[in-house]
Amino acid sequence: MSKPFTPKVVTANALLEGDVIYLTADDQWSRSLKDAEVIEDAAHGDLRLLHAASQPGEVVGAYLADIRLTDDGPEPTHFREEFRTKGPSNYAHGKQELA
Amino acid sequence: MYQYNSFDRDFLAERNAQFRAQVERRIDGSLTEDEFKPLRLMNGLYLQLHAYMLRVAIPYGTLNGGQMDVLADIADKWDKGYGHFTTRQNIQYNWPKLRDVPDMLDALGEVGMHAIQTSGNTIRNVTADHFAGAAADEIEDPRPTAELLRQWSTDHPEFQFLPRKFKIAVTGSPNDRAVTKAHDIGLRMVERGGEKGYEVIVGGGLGRTPMIGKVLRDFLPKADLLPYCEAIVSVYNLLGRRDNKYKARIKITVHENGIETIRDLVEERFALIRPEFSGVDQKMLAGIEAQFAVPEWTQDSIAPFNAAYHADPVFRSWVDTNITKHRNDDYAIVSISIKKQGQTPGDATSAQMRVMAELARDYAHDELRISHEQNVILPHVHKSHLPAIHARLKEVELATANIGLISDIIACPGMDYCALATARSIPVAQQIATRFDELKLEHDIGELKIKISGCINACGHHHVGHIGILGLDRAGVENYQITLGGDHTETAAVGERAGPGFAYDEIVPAIERLIAAYLELRTGEGELFIDTYRRLGMAPFKAALYPTEEVKADAA
Repeated sequence: MSKPFTPKVVTANALLEGDVIYLTADDQWSRSLKDAEVIEDAAHGDLRLLHAASQPGEVVGAYLADIRLTDDGPEPTHFREEFRTKGPSNYAHGKQELA
Repeated sequence: MYQYNSFDRDFLAERNAQFRAQVERRIDGSLTEDEFKPLRLMNGLYLQLHAYMLRVAIPYGTLNGGQMDVLADIADKWDKGYGHFTTRQNIQYNWPKLRDVPDMLDALGEVGMHAIQTSGNTIRNVTADHFAGAAADEIEDPRPTAELLRQWSTDHPEFQFLPRKFKIAVTGSPNDRAVTKAHDIGLRMVERGGEKGYEVIVGGGLGRTPMIGKVLRDFLPKADLLPYCEAIVSVYNLLGRRDNKYKARIKITVHENGIETIRDLVEERFALIRPEFSGVDQKMLAGIEAQFAVPEWTQDSIAPFNAAYHADPVFRSWVDTNITKHRNDDYAIVSISIKKQGQTPGDATSAQMRVMAELARDYAHDELRISHEQNVILPHVHKSHLPAIHARLKEVELATANIGLISDIIACPGMDYCALATARSIPVAQQIATRFDELKLEHDIGELKIKISGCINACGHHHVGHIGILGLDRAGVENYQITLGGDHTETAAVGERAGPGFAYDEIVPAIERLIAAYLELRTGEGELFIDTYRRLGMAPFKAALYPTEEVKADAA
């Protein structure tokens, strides 16, 4: 039996700035994971990833990242994705700079 | 120092113009990312975890004050006011924007610097002993050799698409400070019967399959350098595996085919191509050597140095720790620590870079070096200037007296920046350095090399650290493996894994237990950690790292 599908978001880096971005339900790219469209099934995930890949002028390296749903919205399940939502731990640079 | 000639300048200007056009075509949609990626990598531009990263080569770690000033200007204008010096004698900018990169490259080009071949499956920035030209133990300055190799390998038409990246290091001293045995080709200057030449080492490397390089030729005449290196890379280019990225480095080619087979193939190829090298390379080498002439030494009294040394204990401590013997007795080699406890190893702010540039100009024959240990060197300082240099360094927090000590840690960027990393390195280094500074133990512990990598690719040289730390992802959690007994010098050795890894919050206490055990076990202050390890082996250190396991074993 295949593993049950876990919730995901489409994430990538912005072409010009390199920033971590997330695909929203209304086809925008947001810098905040909270705005991301939460994908609940594999087929829809494939479609959204295709949609992201069709925008090479905006994004680089789109992929599906695991999240868990909380009262505050989607949160990363893996520490790598958690760092991507914030920035490095040695300086308050990256997204945490704006927070 | 080597000064770019019109050929170098024209080549760089043309190459930068090409890349500017490539960036424009990427942005306007004419190039896909798949098409653009190899082009940007050839020009040192990566896309990392949070942003682009530009890796700029500092050939054989040598630069002057003007170049350092430009590195500072770039940090201010197009980045976040700092740069990261790496184990490859490069500098990395962590936050450039794609549109700005062509301007950054043009600014570098103005002072004869570039980012070409700092990535991709090419011959990378040629590295060398950071004390080159200054060390008391040197047979010959390795930098002319390194510069000749830089010119030969840059845009070499045959070697732009090798099976994998290719790294060359050169040392002119018997005491190897360039880690030559962990490079694809390591060159050690040697003398035989009054003639200077090279011992050629091949197939060393760290990464997932660490290998100590093997001697391919014990004596290569200097005039044969380029044809012989070309023969090695040609043989590798054909024989190296392209079916499996993890088996593609020359260390695997040497391992799978055996050093004798590689030697036969290289000698055969060398015999074929040697006549094609008509001597032009040697004429160029002579021209390069003239540009690396020994500076005109200052003749002055060193009395001010002696007076300060006796009067000021802070200065004395810094001198005792950060100064290395120079070939001229009135001179000193100054290692500026970019490792103040708690700071990111290898990171310098633009203000710090400008002070180092100023010191180089004012007191050090306008020369600076970047070491693979991520520090900055003033290679030629008349001792009378040391008190003034120390005072100026103190003002910008660059006077930490910890070179070679436990807080002088090599750490790769790790998962704070790197897209390949499996765990963080920087905060582990920061915490270890801070902890031992609090304990006021580091001078008591003495020389100790801790090297930390945030993934198996080993940019942080963990395999050759006396204590190596490798950060891994174990089931979605950061986990740190410890290796002991590594050695980065002429007696190079790969460290042995101590046992199971430690969680992020366990790694600093584990290192503390290890050091406490060493202080108990050593015969006296003169016995370094590595010597105690060699005398006693792994067992007592393992017992210190895993105390509960020992209890379990005792109970059994």
